[in-house]
Amino acid sequence: MDVFSLDEVKHIAKLANLDLTPDEIKKYQKQLGETLKYINILNKIDTKNVPPTNQTNKLSNISRVDIPSDSLESEKVLAQASKSYNDFFEVKGILKKE
Amino acid sequence: MDLNFLSLSEAQEGLEKKQFSSKELVQDCLSRIKKIDSKISAFLKVDVALSLKEATNKDELIKSDTKVFLNRPLLGIPISIKDNYCTKDLETTAASKLLDHYIPPYDATVVKKLKDAGAIILGKTNMDAWAHGSSTEASDFFTTKNPWDIKKLPGGSSGGSAASVSAHEVIASIGSETAGSIRQPASWCGVVGLKPTYGRVSRYGVIAMASSTDSPGPITKTVEDAAIILSVIAGEDGYDATASPIKVENYNDTLKEDNCNLKIGISDDYLKIADDETAKNVLEALKVLEKMGAKIIKIKLFDPKYAISVYTILQRSEVSSNLARYDGIRYGKVRSNFGDEAKRRIILGTYCLSSGYYDKYYLKAQKIRTLICKDFEKAFNEVDVIIGPTTPTPALPVGITKDQFMFGEKADVLVEPSTIAGLPGISLNCGFSLENLPIGLQIIGPVFSEGLILNIAYKYEQSQKLFLKKPKL
Repeated sequence: MDVFSLDEVKHIAKLANLDLTPDEIKKYQKQLGETLKYINILNKIDTKNVPPTNQTNKLSNISRVDIPSDSLESEKVLAQASKSYNDFFEVKGILKKE
Repeated sequence: MDLNFLSLSEAQEGLEKKQFSSKELVQDCLSRIKKIDSKISAFLKVDVALSLKEATNKDELIKSDTKVFLNRPLLGIPISIKDNYCTKDLETTAASKLLDHYIPPYDATVVKKLKDAGAIILGKTNMDAWAHGSSTEASDFFTTKNPWDIKKLPGGSSGGSAASVSAHEVIASIGSETAGSIRQPASWCGVVGLKPTYGRVSRYGVIAMASSTDSPGPITKTVEDAAIILSVIAGEDGYDATASPIKVENYNDTLKEDNCNLKIGISDDYLKIADDETAKNVLEALKVLEKMGAKIIKIKLFDPKYAISVYTILQRSEVSSNLARYDGIRYGKVRSNFGDEAKRRIILGTYCLSSGYYDKYYLKAQKIRTLICKDFEKAFNEVDVIIGPTTPTPALPVGITKDQFMFGEKADVLVEPSTIAGLPGISLNCGFSLENLPIGLQIIGPVFSEGLILNIAYKYEQSQKLFLKKPKL
């Protein structure tokens, strides 16, 4: 029995904004299932009352003085955009007219 | 003149004493690249014209100011940089088709520091695409070969950097490590690879893989060279909130100090993962250190096999988040240009972070990370540093990673625990296999102990001088 269903793989691909071919979905279904079996060995380790470590150098609330400084010119920012319009990146519409 | 065979400290001395010019040094490196890079394919891009122009500028500076080296220790030195570092106006791809022809409008902090120190960037080196791998076979463009045997891999993901140093195409290089990507290729290519403490060096402008472990670091011919480069690139950075404010030591000063009563830990769990030749060479190296006055103490560490699973979850989760920014809108191509390895990692990572699974996988892995950190803290109460093999075997053949979809995570088993804990580690050559392939030894220390691990590595290295042996290319 596969650990992942094809629908689960499709759902994850949608969350990850990846367009997968049917062959790819089947391939990753199998590979993910095998990887999961590997990582499930962690269930053997008791982590009750153990706090998580997000980053090891224990820094928090790092801030800087709020003063303006140089930034990139909009020309440079847009130089490699796939589509731009005036000073904007152009993207596909999300909101549709009723 | 074959100046490309010089170490960084030798090249510095030669330039300061005007025994040769930066232009001559750069020309010898470029000739070397022209002669042999077709055999090893370490470089994605070499900028010949700019390198020579820079060298001429540096020579003018050297002529006009005898004290210029004080503030610019890398003046006139040709280096290579792994292609996941943004280099202003120089194509940066992370060896991925998605970023093919991407030209960064800014320099990574590390690149800026190297340039300010006077280094000349000859070119960008090949790597596993997005740093997803331990072989350089996962580059979207081509595979780099090991200079010691071109039928073998250089390791990865900083394989191009390690190969370029090992083949004496450059004087030094910069790589990055998320788990093993500096130390493992350094071990397979017979050079020095230093992974600093997480946060010792700024990650700003380095194409992100796993943000909680990514560590920029030097890949060099000698330990002293690694100390020189670390002194240049380490330090706080306003652009990276995780770059540590802890003061940077002078690693050059502490390199040759005497360290009495050193206690070195060795774990049988690590040794038994290595093959017989590797384990034998590591144990012989420990005997050398013992003769120098160190005490070797057997220690018990968290079984490294669990680190594979912890690291797989943490890394792939963070990869899925970091690669979300590549939307083909602001720069780069659309997401269908991701290679197979990138897609695989994004998918597992997205799953581990998704609703209903976050606690079971990502949070669980973060908790086990706490246990691994505490395990090392306990060990460092008994010993000063931990020594072991860097990799289970010497370099493996080209083609080995085909259909092995967890190759990287498994190959890096011996370095993953220390990376997960954010510890510094250095790999250096401790011998050669019967096939004449380099064998790497790693020294792991507590956080911010780069000075100590460099010191021990230097003493061992100088007693053996294995860096004098060169691959036949």
